[in-house]
Amino acid sequence: MAERNFEVSRLPGFATTAIIVFIILYLPIITLMVYSFNGGASIALWEGFSLRWYEIAWNNDAVKSATMRSLTIAAAASVISTVLASMAALGTTRRDKFKGQTVIYVLINQPLMVPEIVTAVALLIFFAAVKVATGYQGLGYLIAAHSAFCIPFAYLPIRARLEGMDLTLEVAASDLYASSWQTFTNVTLPLLMPGVLAGAMLAFVISLDDVIITEFVKSGGQDTLPTYMLGQLRRAITPEVNAISTALLGLTVVMLTAFFLLTRKKN
Amino acid sequence: MTERAAVTAESVYKVFGQGAHAVHALENVSLSIQQGEFFTLLGPSGCGKTTLLRLIAGFEMPSGGHILLDGQDVTDLPPNKRPVNTVFQSYALFPHLSVRQNVGFALKMQGRPKAEIDGRTEQMMALVKLESMADRKVAQLSGGQQQRVALARALAPQPKVLLLDEPLSALDLKLRKEMQVELKRLQTETGITFVFVTHDQEEALTMSDRIGVMSAGKLQQVASPRDIYTAPVNRFVANFIGETNLLPVTAAKGGYQLGCGVIVSADGNGSTLSIRPEQIRVADSKAKGAIEARVTNLVYFGTDVHAHLELGDGAKMVARLPLPPGGDTGLMRGSNICVDFVPGAARLIGE
Ligand SMILES: Nc1ncnc2c1ncn2[C@@H]1O[C@H](COP(=O)(O)OP(=O)(O)OP(=O)(O)O)[C@@H](O)[C@H]1O
Ligand SMILES: [Mg+2]
Repeated sequence: MAERNFEVSRLPGFATTAIIVFIILYLPIITLMVYSFNGGASIALWEGFSLRWYEIAWNNDAVKSATMRSLTIAAAASVISTVLASMAALGTTRRDKFKGQTVIYVLINQPLMVPEIVTAVALLIFFAAVKVATGYQGLGYLIAAHSAFCIPFAYLPIRARLEGMDLTLEVAASDLYASSWQTFTNVTLPLLMPGVLAGAMLAFVISLDDVIITEFVKSGGQDTLPTYMLGQLRRAITPEVNAISTALLGLTVVMLTAFFLLTRKKN
Repeated sequence: MTERAAVTAESVYKVFGQGAHAVHALENVSLSIQQGEFFTLLGPSGCGKTTLLRLIAGFEMPSGGHILLDGQDVTDLPPNKRPVNTVFQSYALFPHLSVRQNVGFALKMQGRPKAEIDGRTEQMMALVKLESMADRKVAQLSGGQQQRVALARALAPQPKVLLLDEPLSALDLKLRKEMQVELKRLQTETGITFVFVTHDQEEALTMSDRIGVMSAGKLQQVASPRDIYTAPVNRFVANFIGETNLLPVTAAKGGYQLGCGVIVSADGNGSTLSIRPEQIRVADSKAKGAIEARVTNLVYFGTDVHAHLELGDGAKMVARLPLPPGGDTGLMRGSNICVDFVPGAARLIGE
């Protein structure tokens, strides 16, 4: 303890800088939250506390249906992407190193690297052709698109969990008369569960938050909460948007907290 | 052999990898372990003990040869179809299950009725004295307790053969001694064939009915602890089990001639003589077979003294001589003495 190691926190002005950075990070969000409780119709002029805008948003049918749609898509996309990501993770970790492993990692994580706008345009063109060919107009396109870009987010925590897992446990299960399927359901899956839940949660949040791909892929009348809000901004901006954003933020914070608790437990 | 062997290995080979990087982990291993036997595989690190055990359990397939259990060829059967269970070196207990669930795991997988599972699980936990911990998670147990859970879990389905891969190596010395006694008791009580892997020769000598000494993927000798010690077949076994002196000899009239010219008698065949340090004694210079030697060093070990000796031809030997009550052997560094071998103790061994 006596020796003096270099510590960033001892530099002059460290505390000041930290405080400024935190203010810049959180001031806009705090302002947004505060004005969601504004009694007046302005997002810049405080006219007293009220829950009025929450009530308006709650009774707004467009908001309600957009919320339902967002939750449906997020739930479907998180389930689909988590199942696919689990299979991908099992396939890439439960075996010896193989040729092309890196290529496969890159392919699985591709949505993280390709600019979202490129994916959006590509999907727009591709789905347009499918729509013409099949005549199907439903939510399936959005669910498919969201599932695809959620896969890497679900894949990473699941793979991390699998890599930390002791393979002798599976060998032990097979020694104790478990078939491969029994080994999977009785040993692998229960041990993998925190990773799977974390992956699903992350996928859910990512899907809930998406604007660009949704905006390009959705058909008429298929607004999700974020694209609805984007549409609102083009018209008159009222604290209703603040109220919706605050509610969305609340949901996301809850889910991400759950994610961190789940991933931390494994150590 | 009238009885069917519990485990038989017929010319088993195991090669890992290919071409220039190939590792020959097992070469032409043939072995037969009897029902109810406590059999130990002993050898230095990397000699293939674990590999042989994994082949018997079915975790690996042999590159050549056959594995038989109770007379039945199981070479192509997966581990879950073989009536053997393993106690892993790392225990490999299921961290998400309680002690009770760990012990009952195999019976549950076999689809036994619940009453039977509960009954046998209780019985097993009593056998290893863990009843009071039944509902704990395994992470909340000490190393020794985890070891007992691993044993109970492997014994619960009443396997024909129990495989144990260095099960005691993670325990401290005191616990290790206790568990050695405990294991021997379990083996006698259950009558199950134990195949035990260790690289600790003392452990092997005290616990086993028979020992298979391995080196570099080959089985060097299979015999009782006593025979392994007193009649090693080759240089490796003689050196690995206990300490020994190895001296080159040539056949001569009336026995075998040492490099210094003395003719001694010995059993076995080969061109190297093996004599244990404790089987060398101080002798009268006129006695038959007496060897003149110079004391180069004396090292005291409690009740014994290790005398480092140099013979006429420069060959070196160590003799372990008991200290007389007064503690004075009368030996001095640099002095010349005469020694001889305890009759019948010298063995000839091959390479
Ligand atoms: N999966 C594998 N791939 C390649 N080589 C292996 C593999 N398993 C074992 N080997 C090699 O086979 C040889 C025998 O290994 P094994 O694990 O059977 O030794 P061991 O006698 O159990 O040693 P230890 O006392 O250190 O446990 C070693 O040279 C080891 O490197
Ligand atoms: Mg080993």
